Amino acid sequence: MAMDINDLRSLVTVAGLLCFLAIVGWAYGKSSKKGFDEAANLPFAEGDDDGAASRTSHPR
Amino acid sequence: MSGTQTTYNDKVVRQFAVMTVIWGIVGMLVGVIIAAQLVWPELNIGPWLTYGRLRPLHTNAVIFAFGGCALFATSYWCVQRTGHTRLWGGPLIPFTFWGWQIVILLAAITLPLGITSGKEYAELEWPIDILITLVWVSYGLVFFGTIAKRTVSHIYVANWFFGSMIIAVALLHLVNSAAVPVSLTRSFSVYSGVQDAMIQWWYGHNAVGFFLTAGFLGMMYYFVPKQAGRPVYSYRLSVVHFWALIFTYMWAGPHHLHYTALPDWTQSVGMVFSLILLAPSWGGMINGIMTLSGAWHKLRDDPILKFLITSLSFYGMSTFEGPMMSIKTVNALSHYTDWTVGHVHSGALGWVAMVSIGSIYYLLPKLFGKTEMYSTKLVTTHFWIATIGTVLYIASMWIAGVMQGLMWRAVNADGTLAYAFVEGVKGSYPFWAIRWLGGVLFLSGMLLMAYNMFKTMAGGNTKDAPVIAPAAHHA
Repeated sequence: MAMDINDLRSLVTVAGLLCFLAIVGWAYGKSSKKGFDEAANLPFAEGDDDGAASRTSHPR
Repeated sequence: MSGTQTTYNDKVVRQFAVMTVIWGIVGMLVGVIIAAQLVWPELNIGPWLTYGRLRPLHTNAVIFAFGGCALFATSYWCVQRTGHTRLWGGPLIPFTFWGWQIVILLAAITLPLGITSGKEYAELEWPIDILITLVWVSYGLVFFGTIAKRTVSHIYVANWFFGSMIIAVALLHLVNSAAVPVSLTRSFSVYSGVQDAMIQWWYGHNAVGFFLTAGFLGMMYYFVPKQAGRPVYSYRLSVVHFWALIFTYMWAGPHHLHYTALPDWTQSVGMVFSLILLAPSWGGMINGIMTLSGAWHKLRDDPILKFLITSLSFYGMSTFEGPMMSIKTVNALSHYTDWTVGHVHSGALGWVAMVSIGSIYYLLPKLFGKTEMYSTKLVTTHFWIATIGTVLYIASMWIAGVMQGLMWRAVNADGTLAYAFVEGVKGSYPFWAIRWLGGVLFLSGMLLMAYNMFKTMAGGNTKDAPVIAPAAHHA
């Protein structure tokens, strides 16, 4: 059973899908919440927001 | 941070923001002219000002001059503000501005002269392609150099979108523009036949996917939260949105080549990936619109927010329409008709132009030391004129397009064509006139914007704002 280039192409496609699913798992995992909340508030740490003192995003 | 106060480089943002409005007017004016030429063919003043030469000038001007300047302005603003650092790059920064303006001027000269490589959205000849490459690589160095010297740990999601746009466009431009020059103004593509077609539409569709989508989503992820005064609805969704677009967009190009010499399976792959794209596109749209959740009242009297949220509605509409049109049986009706033109403009006017206009209205007062635009009323007027113009444009093209598709494929009982081509042209006339009117309205809105912009600039101060230390906020 010889591998040809098309088997490799299929494997890369499957690896791409698994990689994407891993990213989804990471994004919706518990451990990323704190960092995401900080990142989500980055646009509001510029000192130019009237009365936009502190905001927290909700874990959605 | 103490001692000598560093400032943001707002000069280059100011330059690009002003040129966005100027090139917007130029590009849309050419669009109105070619729309008029379809209704009144006498307006083809040849050979330089004929439809065939002005049409690529219109697409290049609105995409790369208007859209490009808007991307430069907003990405340079966003990467500095969310990275709490001044733009990196020294002389490369003004080079990106002046280099890009020279590219635009060269396009405006060569295209009417008929100097073209004939590839859609990549018509410019090889010397200009080289200049584009130099400017674009400088842009990448400036952008990623600034990311590298940021003073916060996170890279805000908008910068991921801007960054992916810069990398993808560099890749697309280099591959698709590969050509053998035979003189200063003439070259031949290194690809031929169906490979040429596939490379061209891999480029063409990803110019839509990365230049006209990822870049402008970067705008959405920064300016919608800023203008709404609240963080993006779901940061998690924004991360998934980003990677889903990255993983799928590159495969959708073949839907431009349905029923051509391209292998059938390739067309089907393109169709399937185009259908999959609906999910991340709508995820992103929902993420943007839901950022307003709990603050919907702001939409009532804030015209900038109206522009931004309406742009997302059009983004949702055109990213539903696109996958639908990529289905082969639907494409059999829609391809080569005005339906495609309507679809493109639902994205171009409704999404790309409106999100840019909203973002530039946000930036202008801040860039010229004012608290708001000279006239907020005029911004509201601009919003309504632009929205009515867009709706007239796409509705007329839908009707004309479906009518053309049905007429072209109608056959008599004996198998002969029921209509001559010219009968479809005749039937399209009233709708082309309505499309022209929609374009005139959209252009008028841009003229209002220019007036409002110059009034806002008058007497403004152009001092660069100091870099704010991130620690000032995170207690």
